[in-house]
Amino acid sequence: MKFEKTGDGSYALDVKGYVCPHPQLYTRSALTKMKAGDTLRLQFDNASSGESIASMCDKDGDEIVERVANNGTFVWTIRKS
Amino acid sequence: MDGCEVTEGAAGAARTRRHRLYAFLVTGFFLVLSVAAAGVNELYVYFVAYLWFGFIYGMCLQYGRFCFSSAFRDLFAVGVPRMLVGVVIATVLFGLTSAAVTVSGASGFHTAPFGVHSVVAGAIFGVGMVISGGCASSSLYKTGEGNLTSALVLVSISVTQAAFVDLGGWLDALVPASWHASALAKGLPEAITPGEGLVDQYLAGYVWNQPKSTFAGLLGLPDDSALGAFGGNLLVGVMLPALLMLAVVYVFWARKGFLKKWKREGKPAGARAELAGMWAMVASSKRTAIAGLVIGIAAGLHMFVMNGLRHKFGIDNAAQILTATGHDFGLTVRGTVYDPGYWYVTTQEAQWFGWLFNKLGWDNTHNIFFGWNEGIPNPLWNLAGWMSISLIGGAAVMALLNGEFKLKWPTGELAVWALLGGALMGIGARLGLGCNVGAFFVRTANGDVSGWMFGLGMTGGAWVGVRFFKWWTDRKMAREVGAEAGLQL
Repeated sequence: MKFEKTGDGSYALDVKGYVCPHPQLYTRSALTKMKAGDTLRLQFDNASSGESIASMCDKDGDEIVERVANNGTFVWTIRKS
Repeated sequence: MDGCEVTEGAAGAARTRRHRLYAFLVTGFFLVLSVAAAGVNELYVYFVAYLWFGFIYGMCLQYGRFCFSSAFRDLFAVGVPRMLVGVVIATVLFGLTSAAVTVSGASGFHTAPFGVHSVVAGAIFGVGMVISGGCASSSLYKTGEGNLTSALVLVSISVTQAAFVDLGGWLDALVPASWHASALAKGLPEAITPGEGLVDQYLAGYVWNQPKSTFAGLLGLPDDSALGAFGGNLLVGVMLPALLMLAVVYVFWARKGFLKKWKREGKPAGARAELAGMWAMVASSKRTAIAGLVIGIAAGLHMFVMNGLRHKFGIDNAAQILTATGHDFGLTVRGTVYDPGYWYVTTQEAQWFGWLFNKLGWDNTHNIFFGWNEGIPNPLWNLAGWMSISLIGGAAVMALLNGEFKLKWPTGELAVWALLGGALMGIGARLGLGCNVGAFFVRTANGDVSGWMFGLGMTGGAWVGVRFFKWWTDRKMAREVGAEAGLQL
């Protein structure tokens, strides 16, 4: 797991290799540390976590502005509301 | 995943073609196996039926990311009810088809004893499924996605069960005298040694003394009557608790967020808003809802088909097929073998390693689980095992077709969680006479009181597991990256 600040208001979280519930827990934890308008580049490769993270963002009002899927690895950009 | 998904195309085109080929090869393997089995002996169609229902379950589980573990875990961990909704949909649909099958006289379902043990077993299983990252059924489908951590969970569940059911020796001193006396009084054959063994005396001396009932039975209605099946078991035993569950989840987890959005759109509060909120919660994940629908219907059809085949072949139990075809190693002292007639997961996994241990010299045929109830057939002739293997295959096919198949090796940390969680699930499954599928999903859908009791325990166990993991991940995140990244964690 790697969480880092990559620029002004932008962060990156890499949870590749993790299975449920780790990706969704780390994503939630990361988003709670960020400010409204900040973006998070999230990398994960546990498909079922994606469904939960999408529902979590929808419920909390955070926007998934981009989703890229490549060979079972997902890279999402989430803007915190 | 819905929405603005972009798939990298150019570099991945060849890989996509290759994955499609693999998907066809996996499907082809099961097709060839089915045709060959039926060609060798018509009786093997019985095995083939289990195989294809397993394949359907696997495809559905992977498509809907259908994980009983996440139903409770994601609700407590990140406030997401989508999977719980999926499980409720599947249970209600399965309840409906089960009621129809029961009334038609084609149900092979039998109730399980209920009591405090159901709740305790469910709790142990619930902690395990959160710790390991998936329940018994989702560990199968995730293995099909190429997730080797999940495969490790399966090994842990299997080994733990196979060993746990044969524990005895000095551990017998922990067994209450009343259980010992009661186990001896059951009249089991000497070969089973009912007065020895921790699990044997727990089963014969305690569990078998507990009441068994469906909700129809509690209301004094026969299970196979229309009123009993649809009124007692489906309406009272499945639909009312399911609706109550959805209402509680809506009020405590979904309502606030939905009404906030509703208000932001300038719409008025009121009954319409509440109904729209409930519907939004149900429809929040189409994939999960669709998977729930198909699983619910397939699980009911499965019971119907297996019972139909029993009539066609004139058998009560698959042991008759194994005996007729000369594969009778590992039958119980009653001459039977594990043949549930519906979806089940953990028992066949215990049998795989039970058989292996036996071949390695462990004399494990004198316990109730292997010797009296289920047997330890050769894995090649374990029909419920065919269902689990094809479930992995069905999930692999769906993952390959959706570009979601990826071989992933476990890290050291995940291996520890997999082994620990799998062991807890194995113990919980044997104490509760089944897992999230056999002890919860199948039993609740058939109006068995023990199903909800196991579910209650599983919910509590999941909550404990989530509290632990929240503490663990927060601590790890703060310790490992907080200071270096200059983040205010």
